[in-house]
Amino acid sequence: MSTPALDATLGPAAPAVAGADAVTATGRTRTADGLRRWAVRSASLAAVVAVWQWLTTADARVGLRFDRLPSPAEVAAEFGRQLGTRIYYLDLAQSMIRILTGFALAAVAGIALGVLVARSRWAGDVLLPPVEVVRPIPAIALVPIAILVFPTDEQGIVFITFAAAFFPIMVSTRHAVRALPTLWEDAVRTMGGGRAHVLWNVVLPGTLPGVFGGLSVGMGVAWICVISAEMISGEFGVGYRTWHAYTVVDYPAVLVGMASIGVLGWVASATIELLGRRLTRWLPRVDEGVEGGAR
Amino acid sequence: MTAPAVDAARADAGLAIRLEGVSLGYGRHAVLEDLRLDIAPGEVLVIVGPSGSGKSTVLRAIAGLLAPRAGRVLAEGVPVTGPSTDRAMVFQDDALLPWRTVLRNVELPLRIRGVPRRERRTAAESWIARVGLAGCEDRLPRELSGGMRQRVQLARSLAGAPRAVLMDEPFGALDAQTRAGMQRLLLDVLRDTLATVVFVTHDVDEALLLADRVVVLGHRGGHGGIGRVLRVPDPRTPDIDRAGLRARIIEEL
Repeated sequence: MSTPALDATLGPAAPAVAGADAVTATGRTRTADGLRRWAVRSASLAAVVAVWQWLTTADARVGLRFDRLPSPAEVAAEFGRQLGTRIYYLDLAQSMIRILTGFALAAVAGIALGVLVARSRWAGDVLLPPVEVVRPIPAIALVPIAILVFPTDEQGIVFITFAAAFFPIMVSTRHAVRALPTLWEDAVRTMGGGRAHVLWNVVLPGTLPGVFGGLSVGMGVAWICVISAEMISGEFGVGYRTWHAYTVVDYPAVLVGMASIGVLGWVASATIELLGRRLTRWLPRVDEGVEGGAR
Repeated sequence: MTAPAVDAARADAGLAIRLEGVSLGYGRHAVLEDLRLDIAPGEVLVIVGPSGSGKSTVLRAIAGLLAPRAGRVLAEGVPVTGPSTDRAMVFQDDALLPWRTVLRNVELPLRIRGVPRRERRTAAESWIARVGLAGCEDRLPRELSGGMRQRVQLARSLAGAPRAVLMDEPFGALDAQTRAGMQRLLLDVLRDTLATVVFVTHDVDEALLLADRVVVLGHRGGHGGIGRVLRVPDPRTPDIDRAGLRARIIEEL
């Protein structure tokens, strides 16, 4: 997430070191501009925390009852305490393992099936009807089935995560394959390339932008579902810990759990986003044109 | 690749192509009917016709990308059933794989043929230099101009050492100046190759500049078909007045 901004500031600054006064000047203004934007963003976040602190310490009851809500200071203290415990890291690790396993399985299966049903009419006819019927069911509604079918809770939770991420990935892949220009495929075929060559050299790289759209959405949904599944069944994990804190009315711990969920989810989505940008560098860049126009 | 009778000495020679009563179209709609044409090994045959006359369709059939509705396309006497490394194609525009660099685009046909890494790199680099793009190996297609992209396509199609090169209005999207430069480059490159060339264009002057023979595609009785086949005397020789031939082609169109 932060890297494009970093690139924007470093990009012009790097040649500036080599010489040219004009370049140095634009490099400086761009860096200053970048700093200002970061200052605004941080100030916005700080303002929200400040309002929260004020509402809770003043015991405000303005329709909503802020007097019972833990203050940011209390939450921070609880967060500091939890950082010193082993269990906090175990929970994080457990949730990460679950989501990465489920998501990785969903990515492989979703891309494979998406390509298959888009490229083969027969496969589409056989595989799509059951998929289309299962797709509208929210993954979290599969929890009873998961508990029934899978021998361990662990497998059930991974399955829920998989089910959540699978559909957006498969659907995006299918659309991306269908929207692929036939010209590239024709070109590879006239070089003597067979199906495998077309798949490897045209279909997979060509659909990457669309596939990454699906992976981003899939990661978001998978994260929601892994936390929800952990709240229902599970003995570890950030979701479980958060729900457990609620049952013993430990609100500062609930908020620590919520913040951890938020940060981890953001890191997961940002990783996918960053990876997607790295792998689709060849796309005509929109931001270049916008920047050029702005100056 | 096809007939075992073809000996090693002829392996890179031009391909003989023959259309036998070929009828072409998409869906239920026939675009062209009963095409008969013999293309000699090593010749440059240019197909001219107005847009919509089915020039590209003929080329796609020869490439093996489109199956004829009737009749046969023969390459060296063997019916064409699909694309092959023997028949390379140059498309009008944007046929480079945008996620591959110039070098990796040109290497692709060699990679598909299973040429070892080092060898294909050397071959690709020499072809890139041949079309005047040395130093651009690591650029992506989006970083190149239209003319440069067509140079890369030319290098890519020739890197696979095809026996026929099928060119579908390769310079159609270029401005006049770039176009003239590309035509000179093509003439230059063709001098060293034995490959048969089938070139499609709507530009009569381009046809007269490049061709051994010019085929005019036109409409006769509802369906498109081959009009006249005209031989160009002293082909690819500069400063010859071809006004008479030009007038005949335009009349045919």
